[in-house]
Amino acid sequence: MAHVSVADVVKRFGANTVLDGINLEVEEHQVVCLIGASGSGKSTLLRCINGLEATQGGIITVLGRTVIQDDIKLNRLRRDIGIVFQAYNLFPHMTVLDNITLAPRKVLHLSKHDAEERARPLLERIGLPDKADEYPDRLSGGQQQRVAIVRALAMQPQLMLFDEITSALDPELVNEVLHMMQELAEQGMTMVVATHEMGFARDVATKVCYLHRGQIIEEGPPEKIFTAPQNVRTSEFLKRTLDAGQM
Amino acid sequence: MTPKTATVRTRRDSRALAAILVSSSSVLLAVAGGVVALLRSGDTDNGFLILFTASFPLAVFALAFGRRAETRIVERDGPARDEDLARRSRRIAVGGITVSVLLALALAIWSAWTGLQDVQEVFFSLPDLGDSAGLVFDGFVLNIKIFVVAEILVLAWGLTVAIARDLPGRAAAPLRWLAVAYVDVFRGLPAIITIYLVVFGLPLTQLSIVPGPDTSFLGFDSVEMLGIFALVLVYGAYVAEVYRSGIESVHWSQRAAARGLGLSGGQSMRFVVMPQAVRRVIPPLMNDFIGLQKDTALLNIAGIFEGFAAASNYANNNFNLSSVTGLGICFLVITIPMTRFTDFLVKRDRQRMTAGGG
Repeated sequence: MAHVSVADVVKRFGANTVLDGINLEVEEHQVVCLIGASGSGKSTLLRCINGLEATQGGIITVLGRTVIQDDIKLNRLRRDIGIVFQAYNLFPHMTVLDNITLAPRKVLHLSKHDAEERARPLLERIGLPDKADEYPDRLSGGQQQRVAIVRALAMQPQLMLFDEITSALDPELVNEVLHMMQELAEQGMTMVVATHEMGFARDVATKVCYLHRGQIIEEGPPEKIFTAPQNVRTSEFLKRTLDAGQM
Repeated sequence: MTPKTATVRTRRDSRALAAILVSSSSVLLAVAGGVVALLRSGDTDNGFLILFTASFPLAVFALAFGRRAETRIVERDGPARDEDLARRSRRIAVGGITVSVLLALALAIWSAWTGLQDVQEVFFSLPDLGDSAGLVFDGFVLNIKIFVVAEILVLAWGLTVAIARDLPGRAAAPLRWLAVAYVDVFRGLPAIITIYLVVFGLPLTQLSIVPGPDTSFLGFDSVEMLGIFALVLVYGAYVAEVYRSGIESVHWSQRAAARGLGLSGGQSMRFVVMPQAVRRVIPPLMNDFIGLQKDTALLNIAGIFEGFAAASNYANNNFNLSSVTGLGICFLVITIPMTRFTDFLVKRDRQRMTAGGG
């Protein structure tokens, strides 16, 4: 069974229809990249998948459970879904270590000791073991974003959602974050990635979906989307981003 | 030198000269004012006022004018002779302002010298201060006690109201309305009216929940308890708003991140939103602390013998206000360090978060 299954999902903000009948299947170990212009609905789709936004139609099933706006069920489901945001959203009043251990302690009820046992190797892995007691403000953007990723990983999720996580980074810091995502993909993590990094999508994705005005108008393996797009809009979008030097 | 630069030259010179003229006249006016005042010091209308009021704005104007002249000249073609002129005119203008202010002060002190002694007699009479000190201080201790207890209750009650006002969901709507209504009413009413209604009104209702005349709690008698209750009602409304502004100032993405990690709404509030919100509202919260501490004096209308009641009682019997001044000093001794301490806390917190380290 698919890890994520999105069927005919509609999402409106007032009169504005952001998702207009979206269909998407993500199998285990797949890396699905959502591409498309700003405002095409990529971020909203991710937020609907973990229930941060309520939908107005259609059905989303994640890890065999239907996403409905029920607090208790959503809290339970979100333990298994990690999400990383564009603006890092680290908790500024907590040290790096506390940021990572908060959810394992409060949600999974691990002891402080056990939670830190879990956090330290993750910090080692991203090369920031000496930053454990620093506050997020002291870290570079790339470091903050990597901490945000391991904060999500500390919950040992079965699915990771990435919401344009390199868009707010300085160009020289983008690669360290992309590299980390690539490692995760190679370890078999199921990932849904909203991104403007076409290079990453081409190299890492199992499937690329092009969103336009709240609909997926083309999807397929990256080699097909990037070399022989079927839809005119897809090729126009790819040409524009190519011209902008994002490939 | 072409004719054009010659005109520019003259215009520049005239600007600097005008500046110097204005500033000099302001100084002259101020000095003249002083002389007139000296000559006619006996009269009530001694002519000084008019001259002084004319000289002061003129000096300020001269200062701005000289500054502008100087900038213009330097901007156009670097430092020149007229720049020195303009700068000098500014210096004169500063002198003019200083002279005016000093003159005014000196005259005020001189003419008020005899008056000052009366002032000292009424407000700072040492014998009266000494006589009333014990009485006033005992009363002030009650102010402090009431303040401390009320403050703790206000912090808890205000937080409860703020959270009630931000509760999500349709089911919580009545609670939200109630919180809004409460805040509107008690923030809108003058504190003295609330205190009056509560302290005199509640006992008349003879409801069983109202403390009877013989009850006491933590050393407070029934009237004092009602007084504390009234203060909590008033300041709870203020503090609830302060908390709410803090909660709303935390960006929604923080809540999204917390919920995304699987924390419940309550946990997100408690571990992520509130700690940040409270840090941000410490300064306005402290303002309300100070307000509450001062407003404990209002309880004298309820017949509570706190500091102000004691001090005004003494003042009425002795036709001397030194006891009240003494009480005022007591309040300042508490409130001023409180504000300084808040500044310190805020600064330390900011440094800790940005300068890193544990």
